[in-house]
Amino acid sequence: MTRMPAKSGKTPFSRLLIANRGEIAVRILRTARKSGYETVAVYSEPDAQSAHVALADQAVCIGGARPFDSYLNIGRIIDAALKTGADAIHPGYGFLAENEGLATACTSAGIIFIGPSASSIANMGDKAGAKALMIAAGVPCVPGYQGSDQSLKTLRTQADGIGYPLMIKATAGGGGRGMRLVPDAARFDDLLFAAKSEAKSAFGSDAVLLERAIINPRHIEIQIMADRYGNVVHLGERDCSVQRRHQKLIEEAPSPAVSPQLRAAMGKLSTDAAKSIGYEGAGTFEYLLDSDGQFYFMEMNTRLQVEHPVTEAITGIDLVAMQLQLAGGEPLGMTQGDIAFSGHAIEVRLCAEDPLADFIPQSGRIERWRPSDRVRTEHGLADGAEVLPYYDSMIAKLIAFGPSRDDARRKLANGLKETVALGIRTNQDFLAACLNHSDFAQGLATTGFIDQNRDTLLSGTAKDEHLAALRIAALLRASPGTGLTHGFSAPIRLQRGDKIHEIRVISGPHGICSATGDEASVEFTVTNILDCLFRFTENLTTRSAHLLRRGNRVFAQIDGRQWDFTDLTLVARSSGGGGSDGKVRASMNGTVVSVDVTVGDTVAKGQKLLVLEAMKMEHVHVATRAGTIAAIHVVVGAQVAAHAVVVEIDPAGETP
Amino acid sequence: MAKIDTGLSNASDSFQANRSGMLDRLDKLKTITTRTRLASDAARARFEKRGQLLPRDRVALLLDPATPFIELAALAGYGLDNPDLEKSVPGGGVIAGIGYISGIRCMICASDSGIAAGSLQPMGIDKQLRVQEVALMNKLPFVQLVESAGANLMAYRVEDFIRGGSLFRNLARFSAAGLPVVTITHGSSTAGGAYQTGLSDYIIMVRGRTRAFLAGPPLLKAATGEIASEEELGGAEMHTAVSGLGDFLAEDDAHAIGITRDVIGNIDWDRKTPGRNYQPPAYDPEDLLGIMPMDLAKPVDMREVIARLVDASDFVEFGERFGGATVCGTAKIHGWPIGIITNNGPIDPAGATKATHFIQACCQAGTPLLYLNNTTGFMVGRIYEEGGIIKHGSKMIQAVTNATVPQFTIYCGASFGAGNYGMCGRGFDPRFCFSWPNAKTAVMGGEQAAGTMEIVQQARAERLGEPVDQTRLDAMKGRIIDTFNSQMSAFYTSARLLDDGVIDPRQTREVLAEVMQLCRAAEARKPNKMQFAVARP
Repeated sequence: MTRMPAKSGKTPFSRLLIANRGEIAVRILRTARKSGYETVAVYSEPDAQSAHVALADQAVCIGGARPFDSYLNIGRIIDAALKTGADAIHPGYGFLAENEGLATACTSAGIIFIGPSASSIANMGDKAGAKALMIAAGVPCVPGYQGSDQSLKTLRTQADGIGYPLMIKATAGGGGRGMRLVPDAARFDDLLFAAKSEAKSAFGSDAVLLERAIINPRHIEIQIMADRYGNVVHLGERDCSVQRRHQKLIEEAPSPAVSPQLRAAMGKLSTDAAKSIGYEGAGTFEYLLDSDGQFYFMEMNTRLQVEHPVTEAITGIDLVAMQLQLAGGEPLGMTQGDIAFSGHAIEVRLCAEDPLADFIPQSGRIERWRPSDRVRTEHGLADGAEVLPYYDSMIAKLIAFGPSRDDARRKLANGLKETVALGIRTNQDFLAACLNHSDFAQGLATTGFIDQNRDTLLSGTAKDEHLAALRIAALLRASPGTGLTHGFSAPIRLQRGDKIHEIRVISGPHGICSATGDEASVEFTVTNILDCLFRFTENLTTRSAHLLRRGNRVFAQIDGRQWDFTDLTLVARSSGGGGSDGKVRASMNGTVVSVDVTVGDTVAKGQKLLVLEAMKMEHVHVATRAGTIAAIHVVVGAQVAAHAVVVEIDPAGETP
Repeated sequence: MAKIDTGLSNASDSFQANRSGMLDRLDKLKTITTRTRLASDAARARFEKRGQLLPRDRVALLLDPATPFIELAALAGYGLDNPDLEKSVPGGGVIAGIGYISGIRCMICASDSGIAAGSLQPMGIDKQLRVQEVALMNKLPFVQLVESAGANLMAYRVEDFIRGGSLFRNLARFSAAGLPVVTITHGSSTAGGAYQTGLSDYIIMVRGRTRAFLAGPPLLKAATGEIASEEELGGAEMHTAVSGLGDFLAEDDAHAIGITRDVIGNIDWDRKTPGRNYQPPAYDPEDLLGIMPMDLAKPVDMREVIARLVDASDFVEFGERFGGATVCGTAKIHGWPIGIITNNGPIDPAGATKATHFIQACCQAGTPLLYLNNTTGFMVGRIYEEGGIIKHGSKMIQAVTNATVPQFTIYCGASFGAGNYGMCGRGFDPRFCFSWPNAKTAVMGGEQAAGTMEIVQQARAERLGEPVDQTRLDAMKGRIIDTFNSQMSAFYTSARLLDDGVIDPRQTREVLAEVMQLCRAAEARKPNKMQFAVARP
């Protein structure tokens, strides 16, 4: 049975509003302009100077920094469209892309929504409902519970029935939020509570579904495109197995684990399912593929995916252009037979986050941004761009394409190495370690890849830290421009994590410099400094380094490796940091979402004190030492600045 | 522009001999200055135990990386603290130089407290007075890193006590001249030395280390019977909170340096000095090692030196065919014009009048003057006396003395007799005066002095009708030669602050570029009108 979409006939439009920000807004704008549409950008107050604003023909400020005040505010977006005469809205991904409210509001306002119908979004957005629909359409699904009875008792009973390990997922969720893996029955209540509270704050609904956890599967998804005349094609699969915190990090097409037969089977099931629900536009069926080649439907994303460029690379199709074509009521104009795959594409997501601290998102300013020209880089950055705590931490995507998987991988690794993003800690090194890991190189990575190889992947980022500190210290003080140097040795202290590198640097005439630390020493000649690009010759080999100082923070890129240190050289040694003084400081800018202690409480070291929400994630702050709570400087809902003292612990009340 | 043709062959025996002689002397310079550094570094364990940085660590951290630093008078007191030149530790107990702090060119004067707890060493007062004078003359902010046990009571000299007063007078003059005085009191600054701190505009004190009081516990107890601790009498916490002497409380030396960099960083000062395009010399400055003969009797064409100092080796020689032994002309260094006077032989009447003319022309055009000393003096002899060498030499000295442009002197080789005066020797107050390590300065050569004395003695014997005691005469001649020769070397004269330091010939161009720029900046800087020095509350 094929249901026809609600709309029929052509619905041309000419002025497109992009209800998004960052790289995806820029990416959509580019195709929209190329396809001859007028463009309208919307932006929140702190985004006024962003690339997407500059690129659009018109731009409308739709409110404050917090997503609910701007990018999630349907009323303001519709107003912006009406005000600027935009007759179509592209939601991008994230924000309102899978919110049927926007699609409905567009329809009411006579605006074309670039995406499926509101009912498709609603049906697929409800994971439990979607699963039921897919089961009905004959798509294999993971056994589980997706009922509306959300009582703890029912959920627990259902969980015991499904068996452990199992997954709890927010029914309205996406992007890994409101999702928890429960290893055994004992942890179920805790993790359920966490998933529900995260779901509630992220999606406004705390309904969850339960699923048997498929251990270390691959994440394979099928891209489909459907017109409103019942034509559906698939554009092959993407393998998005490399994930951290249930969020994709590396995606590729085709998947090393998918044979042409499997591709055809998954593709047919997906296109049939899309037809059966009368789907229109771009959509993605996400599946888990286990080691036996069995695949299970997970969910359908009713929007453009972050990782769509890998599909574009191997099919030669501009997915955004096709979205616009379909939304205008044009037919697909192609059949499955017209779609050919060639070559291999891999994408990495460059994120402002700290892999060493469980990928905690980072906010701040990217002082220097130099994308590589070896790869396709999707971004909305420029020198001085702010990475704001309110939005996603992904700052750019790098996509490499080559005849073979190894060509693409090599190109991407080198492009990544060459990319300069200084001023904020990113996962650049971590991504490089992933790309270079033998499991990934052999195409063996599953969703367990990062957890299984965490130590190896992370030790890469800490390796050679001392040598890097020595080089950075010497670069910081080298004097290539003068022969009049005093030659006194300068005692430099660079800190990274818990480690303080004590270094003696002697800067000689014309860039000759040496740095000596506890474990090693380096000697080289800096031949040129241009802005923050340093050329230096070490052992007769000339190389480049990027080095940037921002206050006491030093950011560097040497040999494609990222480093950031805190320069403690002129900081008093006696004023100890680290919170052992009983002062608990905010780990980043954010909003206090819970305070779990009151003044006078006795706390143990490591006890949870409060939770901060920043960059769409919760950050638990724990007691830095045992004692009594002497003061609490925040309340729920308060905005705190990074490093602000939030709680003070008096050690005197320490329990034995 | 006329590019100087070179006749220098760096494969020649004379070049190699000169080079080897120059390198020997540079080695000697390095050995001596290293000795001072090591002597100071020997206190490292003691300093680290107290949580302190050594004086040179302090200076290194205070200065901006990648900027030039010209150390001044590093040889001050050489041979005066210890007559054994192999053991002497020069420097006067002070590290001084011109460098950049937070983008501002400053004079830095730091107690070398690794040596004898920073107590004044021979020539220490003179060195400090000289660097203060340089700073005042060139409008440089004055930054002091103080940690000094003060004068050595065992070596008390009343004249030092009285002359030392000028150090404090100068600090007050700085402040009134609109030149900030910034002081970190890293340690002791007591008795008279307390005014070194007190007369500063910005004072940074170090918790637990600063000691600033007029009388310490022993003297106080002796004077009034009062018993108080050093910390109570002059600690950083007391001074920053109670007396108000200190403006900033630092936790340790490094922190104090950080605060100082911040304080100076927020002083409104013109950091940008306009740069011009220029070409490097056409000939390798490395060759400067092989030009000057160690034997002063051998002639040198100083154009070979000029060719390795000035932009593109372009030199517009002035009056080449008149008084040719005195070479005058204009060139550029880092794009800025400079008038150069140097000597290819003694100064004769024609040379003296040409030089006078040239100096006046440079003053008229506002072109700074550089004197590359290589002279055995004014020419003597009947025809020169008849030709008016005295009046022509006087004219030259008049012109040098009253020149209105910055003048720089480099002792490249000989600087003898009145030639030293005519060529703007240290007595004529050039803005800066540096020596190459082979340079010799004297009223005349030792042989000439001895020969003169021999003739005088022979004439006396003849007049008195006494026989000439040749043995005694030879002994006397030997003593005269020793006396003259031992005092003429750059190491000896620099020890006595008769220059601002001994430099490597290869650094000359950069040093000149820096001091020329510094003088232009001083010229451009209009001091803020101040009737009084900034006073403490």
